[in-house]
Amino acid sequence: VTLAELPLVLMLVGLTAYAVLGGADFGAAFWQLGARGEQGGALRQHAYRAMGPVWEANHVWLIFVLVICWTAYPEVFASIFSTLTVPLFIAAIGIILRGTAYAIHAGTAREIERRAVDRIFSISSVLTPFALGTVVGAIAFGRVPVGNAQGDLLSSWLNASSFAIGFLAVATGAYVAAVYLAGDGARAGREDLASAFRTRALGAGVITGAIALVALLVVHSDGGRVGERLLEWPAIAAVASSAAAGLFTIEVARRSRFEAARYGASAAVAFVIVGWALAQRPELLPGLTVDEAAAGRAVLLATVVGVAIGALVLIPSLVLLFGLVLRGRFDEEAGDTDGLASHSQRPTRMSLLTLAVGAGAVGLMLTLIFDGGAILGLGIVGLFAFVGLASIAIVSDATSSSEE
Amino acid sequence: LNWLLLAANPFTPVDQEYLFEARQMQALSFAVHIPIVCFGIAFPAFVLLLEGMWMRTGDPLYRTIAKRWSKVMLALFAVGVVTGTILSFELGLLWPNFMATFGEVFGLGFTLEAFSFFVEAIFIAIYVYGWDRLSPRAHFLSGIPVVIAGFTGSLMVITVNAWMNNPTGFTLEGGRVSDVRPLEALFGNDYLWHELVHMYVAGFIVAGFLTAAVYAFAWLRGRRDRYRRVALVVPLTVAALAAPVQIVVGDWAARSVAREQPTKLAAFEGLYETEEGAPVHLGGWYDGDEVRYGIPLPRLLSLLSFHDPSARVEGLEEVPATERPPVNVVRVAFQTMVGIGFFLAGISAVYLFVWLKRKRLPRSSWFYRAIVAAGPLSVVALIAGWVTTEVGRQPWVVYDHMRTEEAVTGASGIPIGYATLVIVYACLLAAIVWILLRLARAPVEIQSGPSGVAPLAAGAVPPDAEEQR
Repeated sequence: VTLAELPLVLMLVGLTAYAVLGGADFGAAFWQLGARGEQGGALRQHAYRAMGPVWEANHVWLIFVLVICWTAYPEVFASIFSTLTVPLFIAAIGIILRGTAYAIHAGTAREIERRAVDRIFSISSVLTPFALGTVVGAIAFGRVPVGNAQGDLLSSWLNASSFAIGFLAVATGAYVAAVYLAGDGARAGREDLASAFRTRALGAGVITGAIALVALLVVHSDGGRVGERLLEWPAIAAVASSAAAGLFTIEVARRSRFEAARYGASAAVAFVIVGWALAQRPELLPGLTVDEAAAGRAVLLATVVGVAIGALVLIPSLVLLFGLVLRGRFDEEAGDTDGLASHSQRPTRMSLLTLAVGAGAVGLMLTLIFDGGAILGLGIVGLFAFVGLASIAIVSDATSSSEE
Repeated sequence: LNWLLLAANPFTPVDQEYLFEARQMQALSFAVHIPIVCFGIAFPAFVLLLEGMWMRTGDPLYRTIAKRWSKVMLALFAVGVVTGTILSFELGLLWPNFMATFGEVFGLGFTLEAFSFFVEAIFIAIYVYGWDRLSPRAHFLSGIPVVIAGFTGSLMVITVNAWMNNPTGFTLEGGRVSDVRPLEALFGNDYLWHELVHMYVAGFIVAGFLTAAVYAFAWLRGRRDRYRRVALVVPLTVAALAAPVQIVVGDWAARSVAREQPTKLAAFEGLYETEEGAPVHLGGWYDGDEVRYGIPLPRLLSLLSFHDPSARVEGLEEVPATERPPVNVVRVAFQTMVGIGFFLAGISAVYLFVWLKRKRLPRSSWFYRAIVAAGPLSVVALIAGWVTTEVGRQPWVVYDHMRTEEAVTGASGIPIGYATLVIVYACLLAAIVWILLRLARAPVEIQSGPSGVAPLAAGAVPPDAEEQR
């Protein structure tokens, strides 16, 4: 892997994370679509609860992929977005509706409100991955020429190959979600939910496999470069691995070993993306190789180093979050935490306020006199200290129960 | 390799009939997103301040408010996540030439922003879902990364906007950049710091006055229990301290604009001719040569821009007519921002004065009416400020390097997209208002912690409340 390819590898990692984690969130909403009656209500609540703490973080993977793309391969980003304007705009609208519906579902009180919000949520959760899938299809099958809106606004994605990938994206999300939700149900001790989602996982697994096979045939007959090379070495190895991982997942899900199924399903998705990358290498867009598309050396280096530093913060944070979620710490309605003993209030208010005013005065002087540089920066810190310290001093005095 | 660089550039300017609609679409998306960002900046700090006071005093009221507000914080964060995503989509959907040409120069800022965003999303979830499930100390600590990410996120996004206003760190040849120095472009930029501080402080002012407005409205309706007083005092105090500071920061920003973007500064005032000892006109209208019907304040522009009453200020005449921004839009936006800024600082002074002198809140209904007005007005000032800097940069998208019309997409259908987005965002705003009202109507239960529950009649008016008028 060269330096020019390294950001692409990061993008593929991000895309895999988004397909697996974000895809599962889309899929969870897919299962709400058909859920009716009393059991349906339980299924819907379960799906919301399972994605609750994680969906925002999962969504950020999409942003991650986009920003690496426009930093490291700016012309590729610009070509894709100007040609595939329609499906990307549909995905954007889907994302708005989905996020809004999610934000307000907690406030729904009556059944009719709940049903309306759930419906918007589910429909947008199907529309968005489908549209994004057609985008992937259009890129993979060479329908995005280099340049500002150089491809056809409609035929670039309104075709059998793109649609096949769109359907595959929706089905994959539903399948992964069912596997995850079955596992979450089993962990929470809800055998009814575990078994309901186990059935769905098995059904979706078979259907997703079938769609994948049909998609492979459609794509192959499309006659493009990627379609042919998917069935040649080395891409075929990834395709076969994906199929094997899919079969493995169905088998372990059948035996209700949901943890193993969780990883199997993720691997199946990851191998599809690896296969696509291997088949398309080395061209990103028709006539534009990775090396030609890549930004300058300094930018690539800064991006890779920036991601590495970011990963030092991100990975422990993600481990913490998923650790808390998967260990069920967010499941119970209430845990055992100690209440706080009442402390007497320390008589430091006035001195805090004096300190605040002092910092503010120094900050004011430095900020007004200097035009820039470190001393002005010090002045700004002084002004921030003023706002912070004075807030604490005034608020704790003005809100204490003894006042008025 | 040179022949390759000079080969026909596939991202040459196109003729886009709907450039104006594309700009409006982008502006609409910013206008929806930026007020939500203010809550991302300031709300975690308000909530942590309350939780910290609960940990210090053991008074369960603080915890109750913190917990209720954290739900609002999460709902608004979710909306901010999607409206922010739309902005990143639109960069490519609407301005592909800008992205293709300059994406690599400023992209690093957004790459780092993605990580800031990750941290914010992860810890906001841990914080909000962690009530009653983490120890009080661990829970408090889990909120701190959210506050930090609110700052670093602003920092990274503003590096890019500051770069667009004052581009450095690259060489442009034949429509392609080379010799890109990303760190210099983003962080070695004089323009970054005042924009960052101005926006960060604005976040506290907007979130503070908007939140205070809700409880000031309740005060006017006679609901004056201690729950609402605390919920009023916390955001109001922070905003009242930040509003005067913002005037000092604004002065710094104006000096930087005077130095780096003299044309923008001239548009603030509508100054056509280069002058020594230039005046400021309050109100009025720029007719292409001068400001008519405004109230002149002699030498003030020179004083404000250079801290010297006889300093020379460059007028619009210094650049060709095609390189001037639409003066009246910029000028009205600027004066709106400054006017509202002084109004906010004024009511802040009243509040702080009464508190320092009398150790109590003001009792006049007019003060609470002013706070109710200050909420929406602070949003107007925020948007006006962004109009000032963004329209003031026109006709450039990258100041002095790429004009906005050179950046736009060649795709058709912009009006359809614009109309769709207007409808969707109207629904979004309605949904936000709806959920906030729902969350506000949930009955207040004061919880000292998971174990002890002490109910309080939320609507109850303390017996002495009416006498306070």
